[in-house]
Amino acid sequence: MIDDIIQEQPWRRAWRHYRQSRFAVIALIVCSIIILAAVFAPWLAPQNPYDLNVIDFFDSKLPPGSSAPTGFIFWLGTDGQGRDMLSAMLYGLRISLFVGVLSGLIAILIGMALGLVAAYVGGWIDALIMRVVDFMLGFPTILVALMLLAILGQGVDKVIFALILVQWAYFARAVRSAALVERQKEYVEAAQSLGLSQPRIMFGHIMPNCLAPVIVLGTMQVASAISTEATLSFLGLGLPITEPSLGLLISNGYSNMLSGRYWISLYPGLLLLLTVFSINVVGDRLRDVLNPRLSR
Amino acid sequence: MTGFIIRRLIQSGGVILTMTVVVFLGVYAIGNPVDILIPDDATAAERDLAIQSLGLDKPLLTQYTTFLSNLLRGDLGTSFVYNIPSIDLILLRLPATLELAFCALFIAIVIGLPLGLLCGLRPGSRLDKTVMGASIIGFSIPNFWQGLMLIMLFSVMLGWLPSTGRGELGTVFGIETSLATWDGLRHLLLPAINLSLYKLSLMIRLTRSGVREVMYLDYVRFARAKGLSEVRIVMVHIMKVVLVPIITVVGMEFGSLIAFATVTETIFAWPGMGKLIIDSIMRLDRPVIAGYLVVIVLLFVLINLLVDIAYSLLDPRIRLGGEPNDR
Repeated sequence: MIDDIIQEQPWRRAWRHYRQSRFAVIALIVCSIIILAAVFAPWLAPQNPYDLNVIDFFDSKLPPGSSAPTGFIFWLGTDGQGRDMLSAMLYGLRISLFVGVLSGLIAILIGMALGLVAAYVGGWIDALIMRVVDFMLGFPTILVALMLLAILGQGVDKVIFALILVQWAYFARAVRSAALVERQKEYVEAAQSLGLSQPRIMFGHIMPNCLAPVIVLGTMQVASAISTEATLSFLGLGLPITEPSLGLLISNGYSNMLSGRYWISLYPGLLLLLTVFSINVVGDRLRDVLNPRLSR
Repeated sequence: MTGFIIRRLIQSGGVILTMTVVVFLGVYAIGNPVDILIPDDATAAERDLAIQSLGLDKPLLTQYTTFLSNLLRGDLGTSFVYNIPSIDLILLRLPATLELAFCALFIAIVIGLPLGLLCGLRPGSRLDKTVMGASIIGFSIPNFWQGLMLIMLFSVMLGWLPSTGRGELGTVFGIETSLATWDGLRHLLLPAINLSLYKLSLMIRLTRSGVREVMYLDYVRFARAKGLSEVRIVMVHIMKVVLVPIITVVGMEFGSLIAFATVTETIFAWPGMGKLIIDSIMRLDRPVIAGYLVVIVLLFVLINLLVDIAYSLLDPRIRLGGEPNDR
């Protein structure tokens, strides 16, 4: 019995703990479905909403459930250009997730490297890095991103760049404080006395033990990045019209909403909410599971 | 205490100076300042005049000192669209934004504190579970979409509340405000609720976790053992400790409310500086963008300074060289 517990892999133990919350398990399933739907959007979508041969302008602004003369049924209605909303949403989800996940991953890499260096090297390098981190965290994400895009202009690359710039500092701070604790432990001393190189100790030994807070924070940050991108796109400062993310779809429906055509804004928004919500629930649960100090 | 304040003032000065360099580089070095500070439709003669008067033909360091001295005199160029100095324009719009942010903060505190307290005192109860679930939705719901849905529900479908503008303004103590008239209040309600919901969720969670941490501490048990009434224990002994971190968070979040006001103001056509900045970005009214940057940095530095001072008054450990715990 005791042997079992000792031999249990950390991931398996985390999963055993995680699944105790049914709500969180459902959220994880929803999350997986959303990711799969985004990845396979071109195969799942009933029509290619950006193929001009398929779209008929006469089908524009049809309410949910109506059908085209060809017999094609628009389950969630059509937008101002006559695109099938369901298809447009699947494609939009793909873009939103791509931007959110990619910017999150790059921010994690940058933040983790800087946080580790700050904690391990210390001295003025630590002071300098943390000053910059404090400076970045002193201003709200949305404001910094807004200002950056005002200067840089629109574009997928620019939005991703802005999102990386506003996120890395959170990871740097979290990794630094975790690494400061790890650095004091005996296995680091052992590695040092074995004469291992500094990068190897930092990235090969300390880093794997700092992953728990990064995973939790990373989940939450991806949700927030998706939300921030949608906000920026809604304001007209994010992705260009050629890359219609969920935020842009909602923005397109804005003018139609006041005349009662609610579906153009409602459904993409619900999908966005469901995405961000399920990621947040998973992150919330991961925090309980991976952080024994907080679990009660 | 004085030493602490002086140290913080010097730090704030450092941040402001850093930001002037960033704004300067953003406006002058990355972009072409001729494009940024002179309207696109200016004639060649106007351009030359402007280049000379702005000193754009001088070396970069001289330009920076000119920029700084102009900044100190509150001169950051004239808005292309409104044709008045950009700083004046922003300050003209500032009260509307502050009004909105204060009202949102008020809603978040008045509803969030009691709810968080109730949940914290009865963890695991049905109320607790419902409120905590709702608060995750509050965190997740995209603010701009939430605004659209509020308009759809309360303005378009039910027709109860207006969806745009500030309504009729009244004057209280020489300040024009929507709070003074019935029409103004009706206009204020939806934007204020929209801006507050995220902070409300935050307030509930903070209060709840604070109460849960403090509830089982020895001093609270001792108060119980002394036979103090439950109301007194909660309202005096628990709240006193729980409120310390909350006050600082409220300060920090006020800054974030002003930032998020850009979104809410755009949706509800609220004539504050947040809507102004979005409009200015769209119209490439660059002096206003530069002015907004400067005003917002000053505002944030001021807020952070006040928060730190308040925190050090409430929690002497900060003054004595420790760092506030990371949240």
